[in-house]
Amino acid sequence: MFAYTIRRLLMLIPVLFGLSLIVFFMIRAIPGDPAQVILGQLATKEAIAELTKQLGLDQPWYTQYANYVGGLFSGDLGESLRTKSPISEEIWPYLAATIELSFCAMVIAVFIGVNAGIISAWFQNSWFDYAAMVLALVGVSMPIFWLGLMEQWVFAINLEWLPTSGREEVRDPVSAITHIYTLDTLLQGRLDQFWDVIRHLVMPSIALATIPMAIIARITRSTMLEVMKSDFIRTARAKGLRMFWVVYKHSLKNAVIPILTIIGLQTGLLLGGAILTETIFSWPGIGRYIYEAIGYRDYPVIQSGILVVAFIFVMINLTVDLMYAAVDPRIKYQ
Amino acid sequence: MQISTDKKTQPALAANEEKAISPRLEAWRSFKKNKLALTGATIVLFFIIVAICAPIIAPEGINDQKLPQRLLAPSADHWFGTDDFGRDIFSRVVYGARISLWVGFLAVLGSIVVGCLLGIIAGYYGKWIDALISRIFDIMLAFPSILLAIAIVAVLGPSLKNALIAIAIINIPNFGRLIRSRVLSVKEEEYIMAAKAIGMKDSRILLQHILPNSLAPIIVQGTLAIATAIIEAAALGFLGLGAEAPNPEWGKMLSDAKNFMIQAPWTMFFPGLAIMLTVLGFNLMGDGLRDALDPRMKN
Repeated sequence: MFAYTIRRLLMLIPVLFGLSLIVFFMIRAIPGDPAQVILGQLATKEAIAELTKQLGLDQPWYTQYANYVGGLFSGDLGESLRTKSPISEEIWPYLAATIELSFCAMVIAVFIGVNAGIISAWFQNSWFDYAAMVLALVGVSMPIFWLGLMEQWVFAINLEWLPTSGREEVRDPVSAITHIYTLDTLLQGRLDQFWDVIRHLVMPSIALATIPMAIIARITRSTMLEVMKSDFIRTARAKGLRMFWVVYKHSLKNAVIPILTIIGLQTGLLLGGAILTETIFSWPGIGRYIYEAIGYRDYPVIQSGILVVAFIFVMINLTVDLMYAAVDPRIKYQ
Repeated sequence: MQISTDKKTQPALAANEEKAISPRLEAWRSFKKNKLALTGATIVLFFIIVAICAPIIAPEGINDQKLPQRLLAPSADHWFGTDDFGRDIFSRVVYGARISLWVGFLAVLGSIVVGCLLGIIAGYYGKWIDALISRIFDIMLAFPSILLAIAIVAVLGPSLKNALIAIAIINIPNFGRLIRSRVLSVKEEEYIMAAKAIGMKDSRILLQHILPNSLAPIIVQGTLAIATAIIEAAALGFLGLGAEAPNPEWGKMLSDAKNFMIQAPWTMFFPGLAIMLTVLGFNLMGDGLRDALDPRMKN
C-alpha cells in the first residue's frame, strides 16, 4: 500500500506541472495583446502598459512562469483585476459555498442512487425496477440547467415552497465563521437560519445530484445483480438468512468497489456541474466566481479559479484511487 | 477421393459458417432485439429528419419578429407559443435541431480524428512518444470537462465555432485513450506480426488492420460522445459562451427564456425538452450499440 501510494503521488507531479502550464499559458493564448483585450478598445496606452507590467507580461515567459509557480507554492494566486484584492483571500467563501452545495448533492445522489439501485436489483423486473431505470435513463440525459429552471418554476414560482435562488435570506444574512452556512448557523445556535439555509440548498442540490444519482443507481443495480448471482449469496439464503440482510450486508459488501469508484468519479464531475447549477440559482460558489470573472475579463481570477477546481478534482481522483487500492488488495500489485 | 470431396465441401462450409456468425449481422440482430436501443435510434432519426427538413417543417423563419405577438401561449397558430420578440418558438426549436446536431457530429468527428491519430501514434510507437501523449491526456482529463471547455472559450472568445472547437478538444483524450489501448492489444496479435514479417509498411498495418479492428468501440464511444457534446454545447450556449443571437441554439434559447419564467414558462419548456430528448436518443442508441458491438464494455 505504501509503495503504491508513493507511486501514485509521483504520477501526480507531471499532471500538476501540466495543469499549471496550461493555466499559465491561458492568458497568453488570448489572441492579440492580452492587456488590450482585458481593458477593451478605449484603454489608454499608459493603462495598457501598467497592466502589462502588473501581469508580468513584459518579462520573458520562463521568468513569468517561474514567478507564477513560485507564487503558487507560497499560496499566492494573484490579484483580481476587478476587486484589486488577493485571490487567495477572496476565494474561500466561494469555495466553501461550492463545497457545501456539492456535499449536499453527493449525499442525496449516494443515498437515493445506491438504494434505488439495490432495490431495483433485489426486485429485478418489477415495476419499481422499470420505473427507476427509466428515470435513471432520463436523469443521465437531463440538461441540469433546464432541470434547475423547471424546479424554480414548479417549487418556487407556482407552489412557493422554496426560495428561487441565493444562499440565505437577504434580510437576515448569516454571519460567516467558516463560510459553510449550515455549520455556521448551527455553531451560532440559530436554528431558524439553519432551516432557511437548508431551504435554499434543496433545489440546487437536487439539480446537481440528478446525473450522479442516475449513474450511481445504474452501476449499483448492475453490480448488485452480478453479486447476487454468486454462490455465497445462495448459501446465505439457504441458511435462512433474511433477504434484507442478504442484500444489504452480504451483497452490498461485495459490490462496494465499483460503487465506490463511480461515487468518486462523480464527485469530481460534480465540480463541473456546479458551475451551471450555481449560475441558475445565483449560488455564490466558485463556478459563479469564474463565470462572473469571464464577463469582466478578470483573467487572474479565471486562471486561479480553474486551477483551484482542477487541483481539487485531481485530489479527489487520487483519493478515490487510494481508497480503491485500500479496499481491493489486488490493485496495488498491478 | 476423400481429399477431393473435402475440397469441394470446404468453401460451402466456410460460406455457411460466415453467414451464421458474421459479426455485423450478429450485432444488428442483437441491436434490433433491444427495444430501448431502437427507441433511441428512432428519436435520433426523428431529429435528423427534423434538422434536414427544417425549412419545410418550420412555419416561420428563425428571426421573424412580430412584436405585437410577443409572449403568446401555445395555440393552433403557434404550437410552442412565441418568445419576447414575437418569434415562433416551434420554428426556432426545429431550426435549433440543425445547430445542436451539427455541433454534436462535427465536434465528435474532430475529436475522433485527432484522438485516433494521437492514440495510434502513442500505442503503436510506444516509448517516449507514448509517455508524452499519455501524460497530455492525463493533464486534460485532470480538468472537469465543462470547465476546460469554458476555459478554452474564455480564451478564444465566445462564439458557436469556438464552442465547437472547445468541445472537440475536451473529448480528444477519451478517444485517444480508447484507441491507444486497442492498438496495444491488437499490436500483439499474430496477424500483425505476420504482416510485419512480410514487410508491410507501418502506415498500411495501421490503416488496414489496426484501425478497422478498433472501429466498434469508436462507434459506441462516438455515439455516446455526441450526447455529451450536445449537452455541453447547450451548456455553453446557456452560459452565453456559445451561439450568438439570433441563432436558435437550444441552450441560448433557454437562457433568454429564464427572464420570462413567470409570464411565459413555455419559452423554456420546449428548447429544454428538445435537448433532453435528443440526448436521451443518442444515449439509448449508444448503450444499445455497446451491447451489440462490444459486450465487454458493458461495465
